[in-house]
Amino acid sequence: MQPLLSAHDLHVSYGAVKAVRGVNFEIRQGEIVAFLGANGAGKSSIMNAITGLVPTSSGQVTFEGRDITGAAPETLAPSGLTLSPEGRRVFGTLSVADNLRMGAFALNDKAALETAYKRVYDLFPILQERKDQYAGTLSGGQQQMLAVGRALMSNPRVLLLDEPSLGLAPLIVDQIFDLILKLRDQGVTLLVVEQNVAKTLQVADRAYVLVNGAVVEQGKPAELTASGTMQDAYLGAN
Amino acid sequence: MDIFLQQTVNALALGGTYALLALGLAVVFSIMGLINFAHGELMTIAGYVLMYCGIAGVSFVVAVPLALMASVIAAVLMERIAFRPVRNGSGATMLVTSFAVAMILQVLFQNLISTRSQPVLLPAMLSDSVHIAGMVIGVNKLAAIVATIVMLVFLDWFMKHQKTGIAMRAAAEDFAVARLMGIRANTVIAGAFALSGLLAGVAAVLWVSQRASVDPLMGFMPVLKAFIAAILGGLGSLRGAVAGGFLLGFIEIYLSAFLPPEMQEFREPIGLGIVVLVLLFRPNGLIPSATLKAEKV
Repeated sequence: MQPLLSAHDLHVSYGAVKAVRGVNFEIRQGEIVAFLGANGAGKSSIMNAITGLVPTSSGQVTFEGRDITGAAPETLAPSGLTLSPEGRRVFGTLSVADNLRMGAFALNDKAALETAYKRVYDLFPILQERKDQYAGTLSGGQQQMLAVGRALMSNPRVLLLDEPSLGLAPLIVDQIFDLILKLRDQGVTLLVVEQNVAKTLQVADRAYVLVNGAVVEQGKPAELTASGTMQDAYLGAN
Repeated sequence: MDIFLQQTVNALALGGTYALLALGLAVVFSIMGLINFAHGELMTIAGYVLMYCGIAGVSFVVAVPLALMASVIAAVLMERIAFRPVRNGSGATMLVTSFAVAMILQVLFQNLISTRSQPVLLPAMLSDSVHIAGMVIGVNKLAAIVATIVMLVFLDWFMKHQKTGIAMRAAAEDFAVARLMGIRANTVIAGAFALSGLLAGVAAVLWVSQRASVDPLMGFMPVLKAFIAAILGGLGSLRGAVAGGFLLGFIEIYLSAFLPPEMQEFREPIGLGIVVLVLLFRPNGLIPSATLKAEKV
């Protein structure tokens, strides 16, 4: 089966600093795939390169058979791929409902828009209660729900989640991981970057382990736990 | 007391014009971090359209929309031709570009139209005055106040309820994430310029209505004032721009009305001194922008 999203020999540099060095990956329809690795391993850089937020220095990203390397970020959400960025980055001075409206910016059809709102409000009833409130006044957990909800408004086939549980209370963290499974059941393919390794390995189908911008191992969670690469990746023994 | 009220009306009229200009600067600045000093030349363009319409015998009611249209088109062209190529440049690059655009336009006006001030034919009604509550108020002053209110209400509605307006606020807060949502950078930036062109056009009509003349350098002073007003209010903040514009208008009018005659020469420095004093206590302006990061495309 052709992968939904894939990268071939992806390189990302910030000036002289090479953040991603020749990464290859393939994500298939319906999978939950995780990128794991210590801080600075290049996880977020890969996410940002896929979505065009940082330029790729070389290599290729393919989505649904189409080359999207260097595509303008604004073209991706309408084509079915979107990112819920690290640090949530909701529009604090916009109301909750307006944040969601922006998530579906390309959508003009009233009925489709209503369906999108309903889906998000069904997943996160609290957002409906707070829909007229400024997003900046929400709690961290609610802002994370809003960030994911905003991304879902464009009805993505692939959703990239960058550190969705960072800085959240343990109870909320559990909700976020439940949500990841729920979204997969709704047919969304997910690529997750997470610092909560244990929980991520519980929900992921496959994971890539990154060290210094390169993939050192990939496989099913059980295989990765058994091989010991994980410990090396986080403790820096490589 | 009568004189005080009278001057308050004058201050509202002048402050409103500054507020519209400062808003035009702020809309563009909040989104792309550019202070567009060629904003004044948009005013001048609108002024010349009014002048030519007067010569051609076009009625003022038709001339005003034409002037607004001209400044909107000029603003969009300005962005497309001059600012898009330097969009990723530093703030200084964009600032110098805006000075270059301003100077090129001034030279064009001087060579193609005239170096001297040209009279603009205005409807006689504008120089009439009306009596309200014992005050004599110029129709042009009244029109300025009404036009300012209409524009502020329109802008508030546009930014709160129109998809493009909401997208502009989102882009001002976090341009990268706005683009991720599918908001096109070019649309938002062109939209911001169009809006600033409209605001400059309305300000130009109000400005010309008070002076009945237009010259190649007409836009420079009001935009310098608007820049001061925008900083006074909090650079990048739309509400701040309005507050700063009105405050500056009030400072200028009250100083020229109530400062003793022997002090009048020092009116401008005293006015700017007051501005500096306000900024000492509120360094980020009256209503600072909550989220200004000035991220660019």
